[in-house]
Amino acid sequence: MKVSRKRLALLTAILAIVFSVAGRAEDADRAGTSKQSLQAKIEYCTTCHGLSGQGYHGFYPIPRLAGQQTQYIENQLQAYIEHRRQNKYMYSVAHVLSPAMRTALARHFSELHAKPMGDAPKGLVATGKKIYEDGIPETNVPACMACHGGEAKGQGAIPRLAGQLNDYVISKLLNWTKERGQDPARPDISAIMLPTSHNLTKAQVAAVAAYVGYLQ
Amino acid sequence: MQSVKTQMMKFVIAKTAVVALIASVLPALAEDMEPASVRNCTWCHGASAQGYAPAPRLAGQRSQYTENQLLSFIKHTRDNPFSKQYMWGATANLSPNTMHYLAIYFSQELPKAANDGDKDLAASGKTLFEDGNPEANTVSCAVCHGPNAEGVRDIPRLAGLSYYYLKRKLTQWGEGYHVAAKAPMPGIAGKLSSNEIEALASYLSFVK
Repeated sequence: MKVSRKRLALLTAILAIVFSVAGRAEDADRAGTSKQSLQAKIEYCTTCHGLSGQGYHGFYPIPRLAGQQTQYIENQLQAYIEHRRQNKYMYSVAHVLSPAMRTALARHFSELHAKPMGDAPKGLVATGKKIYEDGIPETNVPACMACHGGEAKGQGAIPRLAGQLNDYVISKLLNWTKERGQDPARPDISAIMLPTSHNLTKAQVAAVAAYVGYLQ
Repeated sequence: MQSVKTQMMKFVIAKTAVVALIASVLPALAEDMEPASVRNCTWCHGASAQGYAPAPRLAGQRSQYTENQLLSFIKHTRDNPFSKQYMWGATANLSPNTMHYLAIYFSQELPKAANDGDKDLAASGKTLFEDGNPEANTVSCAVCHGPNAEGVRDIPRLAGLSYYYLKRKLTQWGEGYHVAAKAPMPGIAGKLSSNEIEALASYLSFVK
């Protein structure tokens, strides 16, 4: 009796191990990517986006990917490929990625928790918080938190802003019309930000960027 | 293939000739315009700091980069053979103020392109510089060094540096020199093939 119970326990343990391995294999299968090629691609991404996906300051600000929404990352990669989002470097990066690889990468970076770089002027944070939470009624700027969430973590296709590089947020908001929604035949969700990016002054953009940059 | 020793001999002989020439032509005025610390650099880096033989161009280089490199010679973290042989000694007695001054001084000199690479490789080098090689997971150089290899802050200008210098530097990352340098360069350069290094060094030598 005792022996068979031991056997049962052993069998259960073996089954558990087999299932967990099978589960992982299935994960890799579903992603259509080998573990090895995914790992190599992650290293490629982090060369520019920072070793823990925290972002990096090259000639251009290279955005934080850590904790970013998977759907947002996948959407953006697709937008680069279709030239709806204009960036020659990211086009080159994205156009060789299989859909399965894009999904696997998005999932990987969404699960990282890097600390914010904290490179924004602290003096602007209070003004930024007010704009982020209340919007600016006089110029019809909605509260950012209405879509990006109270903690700026984003949701689905709406990006996380928390901890994003200060100069990256600023340059995106100031160049929205030149970089996003570049195919009139295929309008995308980036159109939502269009009026707001116009209605914010440079000083207001800087303030909002400073506020979200410090959020964990 | 010339040995390093022969190269250096030629370098020293040529420099001596140049120095003699400068000394005979330049009026004493030049000494007043250029402090001794600058002259100590230009003996080897070229009279207008455009680089000379193994010594790279300093003219137009990002001041933050130059200053960081001077510090890394002093700390002996930039440790390739020429650095050891020349720059460790040359920087040993520089004060922080002098390093700061020199870095800014040379950043303001106008750079010229070395134009000494293989022209036939320039096109493939340009593609690699701008787009990387996404299939092989090689990143674009331009994202950090700028679309015209102009550099920014402490990221060096690469435009117009000599083919030999660039090739040597890129090769040495892969040989394990200067590992103390911040990520990502040791990792990136270490993965480049010798053909890719040839192409990049050739292309960059022509960039104005």
